[in-house]
Amino acid sequence: MTMIFGVPAAAFYGQLLLGLINGAFYALLSLGLAVIFGLLKIINFSHGAQYMLGAFAAYLLLSVLGINYWAALFLAPLIVGLLGVLIERYLLRRIAHIDHIYGLLLTFGLALVIQGTFTNWFGVSGSRYPVPELLQGGINLGFMFLPIYRAWIVVVALVVCFGVWFMIEKTKLGGYLRAGTENSALMQAFGVNVPLLVTLTYGFGVGLAALGGVLAAPVYSVSPDMGSNLLIVVFAVVVIGGMGSIVGAILTGLLMGIVEGLTKVYYPEASNVVIFLVMIIVLLVRPAGLFGKGA
Amino acid sequence: MATTDTKISAAQLAKQAENRRRNIFYLVLLALALVAPFVAYPVFLMKILCFALFACAFNLLLGYAGLLSFGHAAFLATGGYMTGFLLSTYSITPEIGIITGTLASTVLGTFFGILSIRRQGIYFAMITLALAQMVFFMYLQADFTGGEDGLQGVPRGNLFGIFDLSNNLTMYYFVLAVFIFGFLLIQRTVHSPFGQVLKAIRENEPRAISLGYNTDVYKLVAFVISAAIAGLAGSTKTVVFQLASLGDAHWHMSGEVILMTLVGGVGTLFGPVLGAGFVLTLEHQLSQSFLGDWVDVILGVIFVVCVLTFRAGIVGEVQKFMKKNFN
Amino acid sequence: MKMMKTVLATAIASSFVMGATAQADDHGMSDNELRIGYLADMSGTYRDLAGPNGETAMRMAIEDFGGSVNGREITVLSADDRNSPDVASSTVREWIESDKVDMVQGLVASSVSIATTKVTNGTDTLALVNGSAASSITNEHCTPNHIHWTYDTYPLANGTAQAVVAEGGDSWFMVTADYAFGHALEADVTKVVESNGGEIVGGVRHPLSTDDFSSYMLQAQASGADVVGLANAGGDTVNSIITAGEFGLAQSGQTVAALLLFLTDVHALGVETAQGIQLTTGWYWDKDEEARAWADRFYEETGARPSMVHAGIYSSTMHYLKGVEATGSDKAADVRAWMADNEINDMFAQGGYVREDGRMVHDMYLAEVKTPAESENEWDLYEIVRTIPGDQAFRPLSESKCPLVR
Repeated sequence: MTMIFGVPAAAFYGQLLLGLINGAFYALLSLGLAVIFGLLKIINFSHGAQYMLGAFAAYLLLSVLGINYWAALFLAPLIVGLLGVLIERYLLRRIAHIDHIYGLLLTFGLALVIQGTFTNWFGVSGSRYPVPELLQGGINLGFMFLPIYRAWIVVVALVVCFGVWFMIEKTKLGGYLRAGTENSALMQAFGVNVPLLVTLTYGFGVGLAALGGVLAAPVYSVSPDMGSNLLIVVFAVVVIGGMGSIVGAILTGLLMGIVEGLTKVYYPEASNVVIFLVMIIVLLVRPAGLFGKGA
Repeated sequence: MATTDTKISAAQLAKQAENRRRNIFYLVLLALALVAPFVAYPVFLMKILCFALFACAFNLLLGYAGLLSFGHAAFLATGGYMTGFLLSTYSITPEIGIITGTLASTVLGTFFGILSIRRQGIYFAMITLALAQMVFFMYLQADFTGGEDGLQGVPRGNLFGIFDLSNNLTMYYFVLAVFIFGFLLIQRTVHSPFGQVLKAIRENEPRAISLGYNTDVYKLVAFVISAAIAGLAGSTKTVVFQLASLGDAHWHMSGEVILMTLVGGVGTLFGPVLGAGFVLTLEHQLSQSFLGDWVDVILGVIFVVCVLTFRAGIVGEVQKFMKKNFN
Repeated sequence: MKMMKTVLATAIASSFVMGATAQADDHGMSDNELRIGYLADMSGTYRDLAGPNGETAMRMAIEDFGGSVNGREITVLSADDRNSPDVASSTVREWIESDKVDMVQGLVASSVSIATTKVTNGTDTLALVNGSAASSITNEHCTPNHIHWTYDTYPLANGTAQAVVAEGGDSWFMVTADYAFGHALEADVTKVVESNGGEIVGGVRHPLSTDDFSSYMLQAQASGADVVGLANAGGDTVNSIITAGEFGLAQSGQTVAALLLFLTDVHALGVETAQGIQLTTGWYWDKDEEARAWADRFYEETGARPSMVHAGIYSSTMHYLKGVEATGSDKAADVRAWMADNEINDMFAQGGYVREDGRMVHDMYLAEVKTPAESENEWDLYEIVRTIPGDQAFRPLSESKCPLVR
């Protein structure tokens, strides 16, 4: 048997692939954070709760209204995104002019409210969301058994990440966004409705989190606390990548997924601290992060 | 010439009067604190004192250096675990345990500080949060913390080998003394030239740098002092409750201390004390009422309301009100 | 032999009880109310295990008892422990010192239970631990002031492991939560598996609250072991099982053995995902006529079927109240002695008894999760495969580290 660093090659490739799948989640979530940060300059602490809301929206759409996975894939992010629009319009906007730290605190409070409410309504045991029929089963890749749904997660996440990158870097709307990031007063003077742009951006970022939730629903238990620990890991990913670029957020997410995946083979005990360790090293060597622009 | 003299002396008089008022205020508080255990439940009062000290330590950083740490739970827990472990393993007196616990979190604070003060604002918050989460996982896995069970039945022992702390009143006065020590330390720090430089950094860091201050060193020192006092609070709390547990290391605890400070008044000396009392009393009352299941939601709502409309906190708003109406 | 002992104990007990009743004046009720405090996680991770529904179960017991005992009204206090031993310790202290609470019920997180029993120890207040899993509560942390009622990890691990090995699953791969609880569970299982001729061929330790188990399940699959043992709890177990299903462990001929799995977890997983899993439980609502009747009443009150913890809360409250009535005393020592001397025969347990270390010993059940075809409704989840007699299920006193056992 071929061995790679003392581990059978098959297991090594398998874990690499699984790491990539987790990385896809990290990428999707850190991308949402990056988009929001770009224009609003706040870190959205309720991102984890909104990820959870996405999963619950899909679950409720199915169990109450009988709306299937494929429709939920669009509807759930839309619903949660609209909620995000309301949050920006009626809460975040009121503190947009003061220290952005308050934005972090406000969204932290919101996360407590959302998570607490769902705990009271649905309990903590969580619920099962079935894998859609079309994506059931798996393929034997030779070195591992790959559930089709996992492959689907990677494909969707990569397509969405690429799409967002393309939209921001290559289209006119993205141009507005980038310009708004640089100098929103000037943009306003040019007749761009910056407040609307901000609201929609927040809604969009939240929608990305919700999309992550819908994708996660069939593989994890849908429960109120599903996003709370994930969020801190994604924060570390963001620090590692640096809030410089969209590409940075995506690549760092994928990379950290792989790093974590390999740790699970070589030293599983450290698998949930490895990302934080990477963060420490990056901070020592490159305080602005891998893709960050200056301090 | 004469007019300027009188002006100065008038200002001095006003300042003296204010100082006198403040001293009277603190004396009244001290008197209240001394009789409190005869009126209210001493263990709960000790809990408030420990958390008030914790919140004051946190406020030193947020209120006077403008740094939002989202990882202060790590220092509370480190102090607590270290003290708890030493007191239950070796036959040492509680003050040695508390001092060692405080030292342990000072060391951890230095490490956190070096890593985090290089970045400002939101980055600083995220880095401290991530570091604290790492510490949480390490304590969860480590043997000496007792994992999920926590360290239980830590002996309170005899202070200096003389005073029996198993008596709640003795314990209370000891905790009160620790609190006053910590509080005065923070007050001295804030009012010293060092504290003035911190405020300058908070207001405008580039200007402080151009004035020739090595701002990183100032921030680091502030961070270490804050971590040390947070550790002191954690160590003392372990002796009071005779236990140390993972809940202290969880990021919820970091959030709670932010809420305490925010409610009481960021950047005011007494605000965090009031905030800690308010939040703990509220939690205590709610958890025993029909709203018990909704504690987290209510805390979240208070957070949101504070940020939106009440940013100066209780003490800050009162100060604003006094300024408006009495000046 | 064991039987003889029990009978003898009961005989001695009843004579003792008469003595105790005669002396009721010495002991007596401390005041004109009997106060019971319900302390549990109402808003966090363990909410579904006991939580608000556990309080309902306790109130049902008080109602069924008539609402008063020895002419004293029974009042209930309740608090959310927020899964924090500090909160538990200060709440219970205050209950004892200011509110004169006579008994504390509920108690879920092990840290909370241990903190509580450290406070009640040496007082006149009794603690009835129902939600906790840790077997250390009646081992190194035992006190004369508490009883651990419903279950603990020892029979759960033992019962399941023994049954699985007996059915030919003799090579095991352990997926263990990497903290004290998981390690203890793993050690228990290893002992059982090896003493029954099985073998642990590998294992992996994962951090608490892991979302993604795919990597661990892949390692389990690659190990080629017959059985994948899950030495974890709550959300970790649920996510492990979901992932095991997704990666087709069953198709590759592997069995998943969950060592700590509750009715609420199985309900959350659904029979589709959880079918065929073997587990040990202290009680099941559909196990017999009496249990069913009580579960129906519980369902009317709460809209859910009771877990073993809910049933244990009802049963232990009832036995406690009977003890207060019989001894005419609300002092922990008197009531606890009565509770130990009288067998428990109710909808929860038949022939249950309380040992000197505070462990309530009763039959445990090996259950198998039904298939979708067998399950008639959302709560029709278990098929009871076998009854594990109480004295085989729990940790024998000979292995005890409890100082009360000498």
